[in-house]
Amino acid sequence: MSYRIEGATGTWEIVVGLEVHAQVISHAKLFSGASATYGGEPNMHVSLIDAGFPGMLPVINAECVAQAVRTGLGLNATIHLESRFDRKNYFYADLPQGYQISQFAHPIVGEGKVLVELSDGTEREIGITRLHLEQDAGKSLHDQDPTRSFIDLNRAGVALMEIVSEPDIRSPEEAGAYLRKLRQILRYIGTCDGNMEEGSMRADVNVSVRKAGEPFRTRCEIKNVNSIRFVMQSIEVEAQRQVEIWEAGGTVDQETRLFDHARGETRSLRSKEDAHDYRYFPDPDLLPLVIEREWVDALRAALPELPEAKRSRLEAQYGVSRYESGVLAAEQTVADFYEQVAKASDPKLAVNWMLGDFFAALNRTGKSIEESPVNASGLSELLALIKDSTINGKIAKEVLEDMFETGESASAIVERKGLRQVTDTGAIESAIRDILAANADKLAEYKSGKDKLFGFFVGQTMKAMKGKGNPALVNELLGKILAE
Amino acid sequence: MRDMTLAAAREALAKREISAVELVDHHISTIEKLDGDINAFITTTPDQARLAAKAADEQLAKGEGGLLCGIPLGVKDLFCTDGTRTTAGSNILRHFVPPYESTVTANLLKQDAVFLGKLNLDEFAMGSTNLTSAFGSVTNPWKRAGDDKKLVPGGSSGGSAAAVASGMVLGATGTDTGGSIRQPASFCGITGVKPTYGRCSRFGTIAFASSLDQAGPMARTLEDCALMLEAMAGFDPKDSTSVDLAVPRYVDALERGVKGLKVGIPEEYRSEDLPAEIQALWEQGIAWLRDAGAETVKVSLPHTKYGLPTYYIAALAEASSNLARYDGVRFGERVPADSLDMMYEATRHAGFGEEVRRRILMGTYVLSSGYYDAYYLRAQKIRTLIQRDFLSAFEKVDVLLTPTAPSAAFAHDEKPTDPVQVYLNDVFTVPASLAGVPALSLPAGLDSKGLPLGLQLIGRYFEEETLFAAGRVMEKAAGFTHRPALFAGSAA
Repeated sequence: MSYRIEGATGTWEIVVGLEVHAQVISHAKLFSGASATYGGEPNMHVSLIDAGFPGMLPVINAECVAQAVRTGLGLNATIHLESRFDRKNYFYADLPQGYQISQFAHPIVGEGKVLVELSDGTEREIGITRLHLEQDAGKSLHDQDPTRSFIDLNRAGVALMEIVSEPDIRSPEEAGAYLRKLRQILRYIGTCDGNMEEGSMRADVNVSVRKAGEPFRTRCEIKNVNSIRFVMQSIEVEAQRQVEIWEAGGTVDQETRLFDHARGETRSLRSKEDAHDYRYFPDPDLLPLVIEREWVDALRAALPELPEAKRSRLEAQYGVSRYESGVLAAEQTVADFYEQVAKASDPKLAVNWMLGDFFAALNRTGKSIEESPVNASGLSELLALIKDSTINGKIAKEVLEDMFETGESASAIVERKGLRQVTDTGAIESAIRDILAANADKLAEYKSGKDKLFGFFVGQTMKAMKGKGNPALVNELLGKILAE
Repeated sequence: MRDMTLAAAREALAKREISAVELVDHHISTIEKLDGDINAFITTTPDQARLAAKAADEQLAKGEGGLLCGIPLGVKDLFCTDGTRTTAGSNILRHFVPPYESTVTANLLKQDAVFLGKLNLDEFAMGSTNLTSAFGSVTNPWKRAGDDKKLVPGGSSGGSAAAVASGMVLGATGTDTGGSIRQPASFCGITGVKPTYGRCSRFGTIAFASSLDQAGPMARTLEDCALMLEAMAGFDPKDSTSVDLAVPRYVDALERGVKGLKVGIPEEYRSEDLPAEIQALWEQGIAWLRDAGAETVKVSLPHTKYGLPTYYIAALAEASSNLARYDGVRFGERVPADSLDMMYEATRHAGFGEEVRRRILMGTYVLSSGYYDAYYLRAQKIRTLIQRDFLSAFEKVDVLLTPTAPSAAFAHDEKPTDPVQVYLNDVFTVPASLAGVPALSLPAGLDSKGLPLGLQLIGRYFEEETLFAAGRVMEKAAGFTHRPALFAGSAA
């Protein structure tokens, strides 16, 4: 579904490209041995290299390089066997060396693509321009003292991947879908936890607008947006702002802006004239980064199954629908959980229960699948009880609720509450005859042609049996008796 | 003891003819006597040195101890020394005491060397006169005949050269970015070796221009330098540009001779402006090598004339970035001010001297958008051409012989006021730095005023041994035994 802004002078489309900064999962920082762990007391994870002491030199951390290559492979991107590190020079108190080491001219990963799915079921390919490795800066704390600022260098030097998309995005929804898909891939591969609240993933959003068929107009960059929702909102308001400027006969200035989510607007941070001159040049402390084809191939071979491949396989192997595979493959843990249950019980039953009552119970209790009190074998056992007719579906819902509350196994609950389904035809038949005898008037109506009353007799029989009657047997025997 | 070489001292120590404590005490008292005039030291560490000498004697008594056990050395104040103030000759690091040791000095300590202190230098190694140090200029121990004017020791390792020449230490570490070991060695009548880029680790050495900086030994003789370099060199995983290659015993190469060796004489190093005395000494050097069986060949290094501008663009670009970390935030001096930007300005203005500020500005300029292609990028291209000059020359010859500097030491008050004139001092030394090839300077004679002049040998990548062999032939032929006016034991 195309996203358009209807202006006074015509219809506008939006052009968006995203630069995502994803913090690399690794034990140590990009160029020092200091821990890259999130949090901790300020300045506890800082080496002399991170603090930019005289004579300190960077040494590349191979694990961070491997993570960038894995991510590149996950994005179907070209891996550059030779890349380089440049210095991006600027002064700031939380930038200890006075420059950030980044890959400006020769990134480690080149062009790739990501397939995103929109709410109407259509799919679009978003191009990846590049992925490069760079250092994070530290953090300035301005609110600790009335006159002074404090610096925390725990994050200084932590490896980031900057993932730059092509300006292929045409709606806020696509931007959201792209970010979710990107995050899903990063999490699958284990290269970034994608936690936007903690800042381990953040986005710079480039927005411009144009009339259909026009070349690109001037873009603005919205810096450091830290949630998917804010990315979508900021695109909406920024595009609207630009349309209003163009329609009033003005020009959009190329500038860096900030998104103020409280006010729902973007604000100018600095104009092009005030833009830093970063004086990029190759970092002479580092040799060109050269990696071997065989090493890349080994990383490729060791990659986990990626979301798209997993969906296709789930569909083929278990017969789930395209929609269902999308939900199941959203997270590896969900897909793994599903496969365990599907194999132990029944694939169709498993997907219905997981997407239905099981997820509902998780939502109700506010738990993730990892924290679920009912594990895969617990759910499998419940479904097996349905399958072998020990309990029926209605009773199973009650049992699942009980499992979430008590943590007991399905069979234990069935035994404790005596919920075992009655399949004894004698017992069912006598319950039916009792109901028919007690409702002679209804029976007469049925006999004179009011077929709908069949359901009424079933319901009454089940009720009399406290829900434990086997529904199929009740139906079958009732039909037989009524036909007598 | 007063005219002992490092090698001779090693022998005397091993034979227990002298003790390390005696040797160190002698040098400490020489420092006390001479350094008031010379100002080679920024910081002296006599107590530490005596303790180290005692420990060395205990080892020597057991017949143990490393390659430089008990040998008193000086350390250029650009090498970080754990617990000892390291200033880079700058106010901005006036009180900086690093909690870590540079790899080069750690390697020397591993061989049980004794450090007497930290040696003066041009601020951040930027200069060839030693007049830019925030700790006062260094005076060359040599004087012109009949003239008491204070002469410069050269630079930037001027404190190192002066300390060795005057007998205050048996050897010293230097660093060479565009000639900072070789030119002061030439001005002070000693020997200095700039190894191949990557031979010595840069870890813990304060950076001037990372792609050029290289540590090396400065001592009285080639043998002394060979011993020191063996200790200093080696692969260091903490420096990505250091090279993983076994370190040879350089002393074993000293007496190889030069029979059959091809010595190139670069045509482009000849100039009308070169003083006749230096030209003559160069010819003399050629003759010495030829007499010892070498073949001398004219070679061309066509891009030599671009060496200086290329060097000053490449080196200053890197320096402008390397010196950004001296911002008053985490270490070093800070001048408080009302905003972060004002604090930077005040701190860096007070912390850096005029020459350093000039070089940061020039380096910033050549990297700026709009100028990058015309300056930095072009300089990188020419640097490649200069490297190729050397590579093709070394297809024909084994070493190159040139003068080290276009003049002898000059007086403090004769320093040209135009900075570019000062930069011309590096004309013979920067090409080897740009190419990263090894080079050394050894004292070859005196000029008519009695000042030492050096000759430079340049070799193939990692073929320092060939330089030592060729240099040794010239060292023997030159028989340079002259000593400066200010010398250990002399009336100062």
